[in-house]
Amino acid sequence: MEYKATKQGYADALIELGHENEKILVMDADVAKATLTEQFEAVFPDRFFNCGVQEQNMLSAAAGLALEGFIPFASTFGVFATCRAGDQMRSSIAYPKLNVKIGVTHCGISVGGDGASHQSNEDIGMARTLPNMTVIVPGDYEESRLATHAAAKMNGPVYLRFGRDKYPVVPEIHGSFEIGKAKTIRKGTDITIITTGILVNEGLLAAKSLEEKGYSTRVIHMHTIKPLDEEVILLAAKETKGIVTVEEHSILAGLGEAVAGVVSEHHPCPVQRVGVMDTFGESGQSQELLDLYGLRAPDVLKKAMKILT
Amino acid sequence: MLDEQKHKDLKTKAKEIRREIVSMVHRANSGHVGGSLGAADIVTALYYHVMQHDPQNPEWESRDRFVLSKGHCTPVIYAALADCGYFPKEDLLTFRRPGSHLQGHPYQPKTPGIDACTGTLGIGISTGVGMALGAKLKKQDQYYYILCGDGEIQEGQVWEAAAFANKYKLDNVIGFVDRNYLQTDGYSEKVMPMDPLDAKWESFGWKVFTINGHDFGEIISTIETAKKETVPVMIIANTTKGKGVSFMEGEAEWHGKPPAKEHFDKAMLELN
Ligand SMILES: Cc1ncc(C[n+]2csc(CCOP(=O)(O)OP(=O)(O)O)c2C)c(N)n1
Ligand SMILES: [Mg+2]
Repeated sequence: MEYKATKQGYADALIELGHENEKILVMDADVAKATLTEQFEAVFPDRFFNCGVQEQNMLSAAAGLALEGFIPFASTFGVFATCRAGDQMRSSIAYPKLNVKIGVTHCGISVGGDGASHQSNEDIGMARTLPNMTVIVPGDYEESRLATHAAAKMNGPVYLRFGRDKYPVVPEIHGSFEIGKAKTIRKGTDITIITTGILVNEGLLAAKSLEEKGYSTRVIHMHTIKPLDEEVILLAAKETKGIVTVEEHSILAGLGEAVAGVVSEHHPCPVQRVGVMDTFGESGQSQELLDLYGLRAPDVLKKAMKILT
Repeated sequence: MLDEQKHKDLKTKAKEIRREIVSMVHRANSGHVGGSLGAADIVTALYYHVMQHDPQNPEWESRDRFVLSKGHCTPVIYAALADCGYFPKEDLLTFRRPGSHLQGHPYQPKTPGIDACTGTLGIGISTGVGMALGAKLKKQDQYYYILCGDGEIQEGQVWEAAAFANKYKLDNVIGFVDRNYLQTDGYSEKVMPMDPLDAKWESFGWKVFTINGHDFGEIISTIETAKKETVPVMIIANTTKGKGVSFMEGEAEWHGKPPAKEHFDKAMLELN
């Protein structure tokens, strides 16, 4: 299996966009070496702005640049965009619906050694509860690249979520990318697995195990958390026995609760959530933390069996 | 004042701490070695000469407190705490491992001797001045030592804390800016210029001293002077990031890069 960083897809797309449109600007808050936006700086030094360790100023200043007609991609770690600069995201960007893109890396438990202070397991929840905010959580390198292009094309605030580590390349999710339109990457009639972000491969692995047990398994990759593709969710609720959601995020306020909200209102069906329980993370190696926090295919399988048996 | 023997002892201690720093980050293959090495002399001076503390009684109410506001530099404080006897030295082997109390960034509820959670730059100094106000309210007279990075002080929150400490005349606060002119993305005055630092802190009502942060005599005598002030004190400590390991000194790349075997061996030879 090939592994590639999702943040590299972001960085590559930024350079491609930089060549296409001179209004594209990139900002960072002293983590350009880690988010990889330093690669944009190397090509477009005059359109790159390192704000220092100042996430709050960066996000409101990005709003200012958007008001002047630019398209700023403001970059930092997920935890600092949403938790340290949450009000700036809300009041400066989401409320006036400005054309600011917030591209964040180091999301989820797979941050690894830095531990709980840097592991944002809450950021999807914070971003998706802001009105006007589009929230995209790409699954691999290529989808990250496509999502960044799509975000640049639309007018309005977008939260783009990437990881720190290298993650599996998943050809099933390549090709086209439309914001708000989920990808059904495996057909099935017994049960549905809905994934977001870098756990898409774990969802596919779990589907294979389920097929071996004789259960026809549908896999939907929900790269956009908001606007949510309700249609594809409700179809799954009607056509299969239940849904397992899979995300590298708290089981609170993320994909799982979004899906549960839709089905409980329109077509109730069992929903089981795979995600980080309501707890802070800890230091460790990124891959081992995915095991320890129950974010692997066997964990998905277990939840699926709860619905099926 | 420091006699010659004490001076020698502190130097020896700082070297031991530097060895632990490099070992810890090498073993974990993760962590921040440069800023830890650069702060080793300040931390050594505090824990082995200046601070009133009791490793056998980490919760002692009248102890002096230390807040590592530049929370990524856990290796330096963990090395000092272990050596002082707050917890077994073997615990250092678990640095950044699952289940360990020695997390990548300080976790006060679990680690004996850690006085505040930090990791998000900027929060430590605010927690520190809050604790210092608490001590005033309780009519206690211990000191609150707060170590900030020079990249960290770009955060607006740091200046909110500065205004707060001035308002409540927190003369029990003695802060340090570890002025190594480096942060993640390189030279600090290029990333976000903050000079002149002394004038900035002074204009916020703090008494400022500028010292060589590797000179034990200067560190200790400045703290003694600072204690006589009636306002909060900021000590701007000029340091070299990566101090003690020649190929790391002044090199931005060693901010967050763990030393692999060959670099580890070279560093340990130099720290012999
Ligand atoms: C709020 C926040 N933003 C970003 C980071 C990521 N980060 C960790 S260390 C660092 C640079 C710190 O530089 P400095 O304060 O100068 O520390 P030192 O040079 O002493 O290591 C950054 C940006 C963080 N920990 N907290
Ligand atoms: Mg610095």
